[in-house]
Amino acid sequence: MSEAAIEFSSPADNSLIVRLLGDWSLEGEAPPVGEIVEKVRDSSAAEVSFDTSQLQSWDSSLLAYIIELENQLQPSSTALDFTGLPAGVQQLYSLSKEVPKKEDAERGKTTPPFLERIGNDTLHFLNSAQELLSFIGEVTLPVWRFCCGRVIFRWGDFGAFLQETGVYAVPIVSLISFLFGVILAFVGIMQLKLFGAQVYVADLVGIATVRIMGAVMTGIIMAGRTGAAFAAQLGTMVVNEEIDALKTLGISPVEFLVLPRMIALTMMMPLLTLFANLMGVIGGGVVAVGVYDINTVVYFSRVSEAVSVNDLFIGLFSGTTFGVLISLAGCLRGLECGRDASAVGDATTSAVVTSIVAIIVDTAIIIIACSILGI
Amino acid sequence: MKDKKSEIVVSDLTMAYGDFVVMRDLNFTINQGDIFIIMGGSGCGKSTLLKHMIGLKKPAKGKIFYGDKSLWDSDEAEMNEMMRGFGILYQSGALWSSMTLEENVALPLRQYTSLKARQIRNQVSLKLALVGLAGFESFYPAEISGGMRKRAGLARALALDPKLLFFDEPSAGLDPESARRLDDLILQLRDSLNTTVVVVTHELASIFAIGNNCVFLDPVSRTMIATGHPGKLLEESKDIRVQRFLRRGEVENLGWAGSEGSQST
Repeated sequence: MSEAAIEFSSPADNSLIVRLLGDWSLEGEAPPVGEIVEKVRDSSAAEVSFDTSQLQSWDSSLLAYIIELENQLQPSSTALDFTGLPAGVQQLYSLSKEVPKKEDAERGKTTPPFLERIGNDTLHFLNSAQELLSFIGEVTLPVWRFCCGRVIFRWGDFGAFLQETGVYAVPIVSLISFLFGVILAFVGIMQLKLFGAQVYVADLVGIATVRIMGAVMTGIIMAGRTGAAFAAQLGTMVVNEEIDALKTLGISPVEFLVLPRMIALTMMMPLLTLFANLMGVIGGGVVAVGVYDINTVVYFSRVSEAVSVNDLFIGLFSGTTFGVLISLAGCLRGLECGRDASAVGDATTSAVVTSIVAIIVDTAIIIIACSILGI
Repeated sequence: MKDKKSEIVVSDLTMAYGDFVVMRDLNFTINQGDIFIIMGGSGCGKSTLLKHMIGLKKPAKGKIFYGDKSLWDSDEAEMNEMMRGFGILYQSGALWSSMTLEENVALPLRQYTSLKARQIRNQVSLKLALVGLAGFESFYPAEISGGMRKRAGLARALALDPKLLFFDEPSAGLDPESARRLDDLILQLRDSLNTTVVVVTHELASIFAIGNNCVFLDPVSRTMIATGHPGKLLEESKDIRVQRFLRRGEVENLGWAGSEGSQST
């Protein structure tokens, strides 16, 4: 492949012939258009024509080059004679000019002024708060119907969700809670040793895990695992017009799709929280017994003394509320999804973030309520 | 038959996405037993018009009457009742991907009739056989071809024997023979069940084969510029835009086609 090159010759005073040589291809390098423009300016040529007798091969890089040249020479109104170009180039050039460019189709990227953006974001936030509340309302009525046994969803789906959100989540929830117990014990004992109070690590791990952290860890894991899954499932159904098909058949997507997911996750969360509690305590135990030589019986009996039934119930209650929040957030974001692939990604991300924020706010409320009630 | 009952009346309809007006001032009537074509160039809002008519998108202005009831002025229960009488075929079938074809077609039946399981299964097999998919009951949508998914979507649209059928680009993605079979099926449904069919399409072959009334939407002027029988429009319309559409751009044979922008309906 020989390199693309240009040569000039001026047969008459105000005309310029551009000779194109070599192989013009997208992979190679073409001489800059500016060279020709300069030459035109220097020789003040009124007409430019082309000689392609020594042109070896060409592809659309030549076509783009010619069009770019035409654009750059337009201000100086130099005439361009295309007859010297290969027939194929001339035909493609005519084809590209056939449908006139649509003038107002270009959407300029204008950033609105800062205050306007704040205003828009606030309105958007208020809107989404309103949508969240109305979604909660939309879900509540079918829940009541479910309790009366008059709801319409597929029990097969419900069973699948129970399995998916419950059984299949046990390994990951156990693993992370175990790890949490280990870390808490390590960090706790390091400080407690200074007072010779290592044995109280059992109290620390037990109360922290059972009262709050078992539920919160489970909540965050399930937000990422299941909240995202719900959002993606429903989001993809929006993209495929499957939700439209349900709506036009008069089947409420909330009753048919959201309700089984919400009830399944809410039922499974307390059970998963129990698992998390157990694994957290065991994790702490492994560190206490294995590393710091605390007696196993002493550790577990301290745990059962320190952790009260109150703590357990608060933890399980938290876990259950988290289940409601995660499924609501996941399903809401999924149903609000836009109609393209990246929208599904956005919906999934938003579901996880919303779930986690909701979990934190809920935890704060529960802690405050407990301290007010003196539990 | 002079006095055909009007099934759907669209009155002064304006469709918009926020501030952007898609189409304005749409006025047309669809009679019972019509095969009504909604046509126009790409991006003119044909599918959007369909969404407005089937209750998925609220009009910015104007009304859509079914019989003497306005769809968008009715309360939710009434709207649901009206929408139940529609059979809709979406552009890609919109089958529920987690259910088999049988479950897809059976869902409306389970929901709205009190048929027993065996009767439902018979109905499902019948509807699938009508569209040429007999035997595919236990297949999932992902396991069949695009054309088959469309046909399965049609079977589901037919599940409750609706009086009104809406098709969104039914021949898109179908080979010419399948498209022809679909056209024949539409004609059969109209002839045997007196179903009214509204078709969004730009396939000329189908438009001339089955359409007996139409509305032409123009994306540049953003309004309708022609209605009537497609064959008559082809012969009589003096609007160059309509003729360009109906003749695939070959307007040289028209005697008067030299004048750019001549406008009359």
